[in-house]
Amino acid sequence: MIDITSPDFWSDLGGVLLKGTLETLWMTSVALVFTILIGLPLGIVLVGTERGRFLEAPFGSRAFGTAVNRVLGFVVNLGRSVPFIVLMIALIPFTRFLVGSFVGTGPAIVPLTIVAIPFFARVVEIAVKEVDGGLFEAAESLGASRWLLVRRVILPQAAPSIVLGTATTITSIINFSAMVGVVGGGGLGNVALTYGLQRYSWVHIVAVIVILFAIVQLVQAGANGLARRVDHSSGRSRAHAREIDEAERVI
Amino acid sequence: MITIDRVTRTFDGAVRALDDVSIHVRRGEVFGVVGQSGAGKSTLLRTVNALERPDSGTVTVDGVEVTALQGRRLLEARHRIGMVFQHFNLVSNRTAVENIEFALEAVGRPRSAKRDEALEMLDLVGLAHRADAYPGELSGGQRQRVGIARALASKPDVLLSDEATSALDPDTTRQILALIRRLSRDLGLTVLLITHEMDVVKQVCDSAALLEQGRVVEQGPLLDLVRTKGSRLAHDLFPLGEAPELPGYGVLDLTFAGGEAERPTIAMLARDLGIDVSILGATIETIAGEQAGRTRLAIPGEPGVVERAARFLGEQGVGVEVVSRP
Repeated sequence: MIDITSPDFWSDLGGVLLKGTLETLWMTSVALVFTILIGLPLGIVLVGTERGRFLEAPFGSRAFGTAVNRVLGFVVNLGRSVPFIVLMIALIPFTRFLVGSFVGTGPAIVPLTIVAIPFFARVVEIAVKEVDGGLFEAAESLGASRWLLVRRVILPQAAPSIVLGTATTITSIINFSAMVGVVGGGGLGNVALTYGLQRYSWVHIVAVIVILFAIVQLVQAGANGLARRVDHSSGRSRAHAREIDEAERVI
Repeated sequence: MITIDRVTRTFDGAVRALDDVSIHVRRGEVFGVVGQSGAGKSTLLRTVNALERPDSGTVTVDGVEVTALQGRRLLEARHRIGMVFQHFNLVSNRTAVENIEFALEAVGRPRSAKRDEALEMLDLVGLAHRADAYPGELSGGQRQRVGIARALASKPDVLLSDEATSALDPDTTRQILALIRRLSRDLGLTVLLITHEMDVVKQVCDSAALLEQGRVVEQGPLLDLVRTKGSRLAHDLFPLGEAPELPGYGVLDLTFAGGEAERPTIAMLARDLGIDVSILGATIETIAGEQAGRTRLAIPGEPGVVERAARFLGEQGVGVEVVSRP
């Protein structure tokens, strides 16, 4: 049982929350970096290798493209259908192989990344599918390489959707990170687990909720702002352009 | 310059989009393919830069058989063939100048030359002052100018136009067509365009083909087509409407093209044969740089008079069709 009237309680609380917050931010950031590094190309390949799309025949082989598409689609669906807590336990040998241990905040990043990659790959897939088919045709007609198509057409056009999807991805990584306390990972989830559950401190629970809420709010607001900055497709001044047109005609 | 030879394309076994189509486009000319939607125009145009592969037949551009190309060789062939689209197909999250730079990157121009060359292209289409605008901030006509600049950035010999003016208002359409006409002359471009609007053919084309249900119904230089008796394209280019019922009159449709359009043929008919001709309808325009048009006459009197008038006009080099006899 805790004693909120004890002078030590409040000074402890601050330290615990700060440590938990930093751990959560650390786990989430590292997991996010790897998620984007792997999930972004994965998502693009996942769409591209579909029939009739820009990567349907990598190295000139249609069968290879279909095979890649099937395998990736299967892996992504598998990753998304296994509950995180099961995945985390199932990944223990892999985590140990990769970072030498499976206990603690650092190793917890491995399952967090593995669970976020398929999620993010689907985000990218949806964003790329939204790109107007005419743009692919135009790029083809210009004799652009696939690499150039990705850099100069797909990424700029899909950017707003991907940015918004990244915010959702971050939110789910934070969500999942609350569970890594089970395997000895730190973070705010662990604070809630050790102080809230085991010592019945409602103060800790409330504080964790408030902090998580604030982080998610900030992430979402930041993503909304960034998405607006990279999105120029809304034609915010089409009427303005018409006026210019008419003005030019008069001149 | 472009030779489409016996091209056939069938979609999913059922719809025959192109049926044994052969078209020849001469170097430096503007060639229009007309037809209703679903006639196969779009598919035909796309075989020229191999966005669409025919089931059989060949397409040759400037001596290179496009239909036989793969991989890198195909990309290089496409650098010699520009294309503009009905809906412009610009990357909306990149500025006008960046959209053109994309075309230059595709042909491997060095980073240092890219910006200047892109700005040069924008200047060519009269949009240098809007280089940093995003497509969403431009009007339809301005966007198509960017589309044209992008298509021509790699200095191609051939420009393909896929209904480039169909999404534009009549004024803007005229401006864009004038631009295409000017660029084709200045740069020595060969232009193959598809359209469903006869006005487009009238304004810019030297030659045309009529496509119907995947088949070429007629093709050739516009002035030759106008002179051809019963040409569907000539009728569509110069519509005179339904022939009226006029008891006691014979009705003749005349087609003029080139020099004979400027001679006072009808006045001669009235004076030399002493016939009181009435003009029921007429349309005359400049196509491919020459006057051409059709006129509908009403001739009073006996069938013999109508025949005489028809013979007289034929001798003057005018195309004559007897629509009805008294």
